[in-house]
Amino acid sequence: MEHETQSSEPVVTNRTMEIVAALFFATVAVIVMADSLRVGAGWAPDGPRAGYFPFYVGLVMLVSSLSTLGIAVFRRAGDKSTFVERDQFALVMQVFVPSMVFVVAVGFIGIYVAAMLFIAFFMHWVGKYPLRTILPVAVLVPAALFVAFEIWFLVPLPKGPLEAMLGY
Amino acid sequence: MEALASLIQGFGVLADPMNIVYMFVGITLGVLIGVLPGLGGANGVAILLPLTFSMSPTSAIIMLSCIYWGALFGGAITSVLFNIPGEPWSVATTFDGHPMAQKGRAGEALTAAFTSSFFGAFVAVVLITFLAPLIARFALRFGPAEFFAVQMLTFCSFVGMGSESPFKVLCAMMFGFALAAVGIDTVTGELRMTFGSVELLRGFDFLIAVIGLFGIGEILLTMEEGLAFRGKSAKISATVVWNTWKQLPRYWITAIRGSIVGCWMGITPGGATPASFMSYGLAKRFSRDGQKFGTGQMEGVVAPETAAHAAGTSALLPMLTLGIPGSPTAAVLLGGLLIWGLQPGPLLFVEQKEFVWGLIASMYIGNIAGLIVVLTTVPLFASILRIPFSIIAPIIIVVCAVGAYTVHNAFFDIVMMMFFGVLGYVFKKLHYPLAPLVLALVLGDMAESSFRQAMLVSQGDLAIFWSNPLVGGIISLALVMLFWPVLALFLRKRQARRVESTEAAIPAK
Repeated sequence: MEHETQSSEPVVTNRTMEIVAALFFATVAVIVMADSLRVGAGWAPDGPRAGYFPFYVGLVMLVSSLSTLGIAVFRRAGDKSTFVERDQFALVMQVFVPSMVFVVAVGFIGIYVAAMLFIAFFMHWVGKYPLRTILPVAVLVPAALFVAFEIWFLVPLPKGPLEAMLGY
Repeated sequence: MEALASLIQGFGVLADPMNIVYMFVGITLGVLIGVLPGLGGANGVAILLPLTFSMSPTSAIIMLSCIYWGALFGGAITSVLFNIPGEPWSVATTFDGHPMAQKGRAGEALTAAFTSSFFGAFVAVVLITFLAPLIARFALRFGPAEFFAVQMLTFCSFVGMGSESPFKVLCAMMFGFALAAVGIDTVTGELRMTFGSVELLRGFDFLIAVIGLFGIGEILLTMEEGLAFRGKSAKISATVVWNTWKQLPRYWITAIRGSIVGCWMGITPGGATPASFMSYGLAKRFSRDGQKFGTGQMEGVVAPETAAHAAGTSALLPMLTLGIPGSPTAAVLLGGLLIWGLQPGPLLFVEQKEFVWGLIASMYIGNIAGLIVVLTTVPLFASILRIPFSIIAPIIIVVCAVGAYTVHNAFFDIVMMMFFGVLGYVFKKLHYPLAPLVLALVLGDMAESSFRQAMLVSQGDLAIFWSNPLVGGIISLALVMLFWPVLALFLRKRQARRVESTEAAIPAK
């Protein structure tokens, strides 16, 4: 699929994302170091304490991320390259948002029903399929999963009120 | 030779018909995984790993390694037919494989790819058969300091040999270590970075991270390019196969060179991806038809495929003998072994002979079976990709979610998977390498305990790492690797200055 649309403007530049990522790592590093100090990062009589190793891990991460941050801020000051374009981002969101809804739904109605709704939604919204094509796929895939996991492998998956009603 | 005797014993393990069934199931699943985007080698093995908990470790590892094989083969199918590498190591196969398909020679390209893969993997398995016991015996002399040194070397070589900024490699790696440290410290029992959360008490499981980073992340990335898979049709008939086989011996040098490159890159933690590129590059330079590479030269398919499969297979060698995985998928397999209570390393060969040799024997047969399966089912798999993305994408995501859940029966893990998916997407775009992250996550606890045991022995003295030539040599090599980017930069600048001064010294005529 070729994209020659006008909405190929950048949502965010590479430089911005580089800075965001470096800051993310730096924050994680600080958290790691702080918690390691809480546990104790020095030497106990019987060897290094629990926080010793993670402290230095955090330290290396902090130095590395600050270096990346510095490079991103100074060296790439003129870099205007795009991280992701508007229409690309839209496509990614098209997958990401329904997926997140699906994951949340799993917690409430169980994975089988959630999967059925998710597949059906996706096929309808993105693929624009008619109901008669959607129905078999959206029902058969979760059904196959059900048979495979609940009955064959005996590996329980999250279930919701529907399955409870049916006695599972 | 002792190795041969053990190998024959290993074949005996395979005589169990259930194991043969598992093998074929594994290969088929593996090819399917290799063909579908978002379900890569590491990811697919990670998803299917929990399903094997109910099997005996021997059967389980046979099935998992056959899935690994299948994925190695499967990646080539999409590369040739759709110009979409199913696996990162199939990228180099697209360079000449897809042009061949475009010229109507898809069947030849696929046959060449599969046969080259078979050859590369075969060389690597023979290597494993004979080298593994030697290395295992050698590694029995390893103490905790030596083990830590080898692990250091592994991680430092990512920094030194990687193509990304060393700072990014370090960040990714340290992130993996930090994630590995979350939870209950095994030595002191203290809670690290759990922040009072019951969910975090379990720590971050590498399987969830792998499924999220490589699976969901991959799907998000693929979405950027749009939703169409338009591919060439593939007809493989026996005639095509035979004709291609008649042509292949011409490229025996390329194949051998590719296998050597692959074996080397698999054992040192380079992995199948750099191996395939290196082999392609070498073949292009040394071949008679080098300039025609990129237009559909069969040699351009032979080179990367032998290397990638040799590397993918030989990555299992350090994993089995030293406990150091040579690739992310090997890392997942290593994690699996740990879950079953099998400690990879030299003791594995002593205490679990039946398991290890059963595995190695299954590699031989798996390789052959894989070749047969894949040659006969290509049209089937190719047609699967014609299923529109809007149907396949949600199914893949559902499968990933199932995979993530079955690890610990924890809903939280599915949410974690999505988080890792976003991370995977961002990291890949910003060129933060994922392999060191996964390796650090898998090896983090082991590396840390090796370090602490070494420190206990030496009573806090870091000099233990130079206490004997073996460990001293490895540690020094590791440090060289770590600082290699700095060294290389320095050497290059000196080179440039010398060139400038010689040019200035030549008097103008």
